[in-house]
Amino acid sequence: MQVVIAEDSVLLREGLTRLLSEAGHEVAAAEGDAEAFLRAVAEHDPDAVVVDVRMPPTFTDEGLRAALVVRDRWPKVGVLVLSQWVEERYATELISGRPHGVGYLLKDRVADVAEFLDALGRVADGGSALDPEVVAQLLARSRHPLSELTPREREVLALMAEGRSNAAIADTLVVGGGAVEKHINNIFTKLGLAPGDRDHRRVLAVLRYLGTG
Amino acid sequence: MFLVRDLVSARTWLAMTQHLAGLLIGFAVIFIFVFGLGFGVSLLFVALIGLPLLGVMLRLADWFARAERARFAFLLGAGIPAWPAPGSAGRAGYRWGIIPRWRMWAEPATWAELGYAVLRLPVSAVAAAISILAWAVGLVMLTLPAYASSMPSGGPAIGTMVLHTRIQLTACVLIGCLVLLAAPQLTRGLAVADGALARLLLGPRRDLAARVAELETSRERVVDAAEAERRRIERDLHDGAQQRLVALAMELGRAKAKFADDLDAARELVDQAHAQAKEALTELRNLVRGVHPPVLTDRGLDAALSGLAALCPVPVDVHVDVPVRPKSSVEAVAYFVVAEALTNVAKHSRASHAKVVVEGHGYPGMLTVMISDDGVGGADINGPGLSGLADRVSGVDGRLSVESPAGGPTIIAAELPCR
Repeated sequence: MQVVIAEDSVLLREGLTRLLSEAGHEVAAAEGDAEAFLRAVAEHDPDAVVVDVRMPPTFTDEGLRAALVVRDRWPKVGVLVLSQWVEERYATELISGRPHGVGYLLKDRVADVAEFLDALGRVADGGSALDPEVVAQLLARSRHPLSELTPREREVLALMAEGRSNAAIADTLVVGGGAVEKHINNIFTKLGLAPGDRDHRRVLAVLRYLGTG
Repeated sequence: MFLVRDLVSARTWLAMTQHLAGLLIGFAVIFIFVFGLGFGVSLLFVALIGLPLLGVMLRLADWFARAERARFAFLLGAGIPAWPAPGSAGRAGYRWGIIPRWRMWAEPATWAELGYAVLRLPVSAVAAAISILAWAVGLVMLTLPAYASSMPSGGPAIGTMVLHTRIQLTACVLIGCLVLLAAPQLTRGLAVADGALARLLLGPRRDLAARVAELETSRERVVDAAEAERRRIERDLHDGAQQRLVALAMELGRAKAKFADDLDAARELVDQAHAQAKEALTELRNLVRGVHPPVLTDRGLDAALSGLAALCPVPVDVHVDVPVRPKSSVEAVAYFVVAEALTNVAKHSRASHAKVVVEGHGYPGMLTVMISDDGVGGADINGPGLSGLADRVSGVDGRLSVESPAGGPTIIAAELPCR
């Protein structure tokens, strides 16, 4: 697939470009600031973009704002935001109203190449990818008590909120697909949510419940 | 007995002198000020000549205030702290040494010193009149029997009644006695009141000296706290990320050597190095989060505390209600209080649950931060962590309180003024 990168650190920009190229993707453009990045997206119409939150000139959240622009103007483009920091608040801003085709990960996750590429693929396909650390913050700040859930169900809930498919959840927890289904049904019953059929609708329900979206 | 002694004590007569001197000084000064200010203000409307005249009056008021401070320092035995001089310490000064700047008219010091100059006469006049009257009435009544019979009506008259019987005269002597004994107390009391008025008008509202001393200690504590914090960061970097990077470099070095003959071992070493690198990243991130996370600057306390709550192994409820964002130094201290408190909860409390409540009251008002847990208690405010916290809090003029009886629960609260 075709990807546009926005990352101000030359080291990481080069690294990301090489990593994606080696995985068989085409890096259409790799830019160092938000403006050039938005121009490149308009020009190349990529399948997905990878954006760093902090970029010049103010080094606060211009990457996030650029990502929001892409999300609103080019809804088909998958948006994966990377950050040295992940914060529940930024995640809320990013996924509010549309938790599909967006992702928000710690930069460190790039180190696990396969997982990173998997997350990027999910986002480009209209799924979602939330960093486990963001999910932990969401669970900690949840508007509702989660005390009714068993520890296992909390694990499954967290993985669902990260945007994982049933198969991926089963792999991570080393259990069978049927067991995961059962846990998910229990969670939806206990939290009083309508069970969603598709993956991303399920994520939406979970995130709504946790207080975003 | 002391009532009698006070009749002749130096303090009593010093007080009387104070009233009389004040009366004389007041007379001289009020003429200068009534005419000077009167002319100054009226000339202001006619021409600008009034301005320099008012400038002269302000300078006179300042000199007079200085002289009076010296006088009261002598009389009261304790100096009155001076207002900052015009043109210094945030006060406006004169233009060309004579034209008062506009801002001077908005300063309490200007009006207090002018007001003092004008009030000197009436205050001293009243004080002197009451004191002298008390002495005079006392003396006259006490000595009444000596001259009552030589008065034309055969005694002093109150309305139509003439006092001449022995009982009446004795009563007069007794009353005179009492009044005379009270006179020194009255004189001295008025002198004290006079001193209080001078202190009120000639000195700043709050005792600047005390405030300076307070700031000096708190500055010292803040410098120490910052130094301790730097040492902690250095130690954390050295023990954590740096060691991990050393181990990582070593493993990669060993892997490099193994690639030639033992590919499996090399692969395993690279795996370990990969894990080390990721752990180093996590450690660095957590370290920075404890110092000052960027989200605190970008989105404020509420957003930043989510990260701390998620990092804490004990479940934490966070409730933040801060309608107006306080300035960044206060936010940073509030954040640091929560960070340190939750670190303690995780390390020492053995709690099963913790709660963080942050509330803003009024504007600019107060920010209150409260962290409570259901653990075993026994937190020591003089321990290194909490005393460092208290120092940070004192740096923004705040207050930290720690309640942690053995057996728990622990409540740590900080009040931070948002001025």
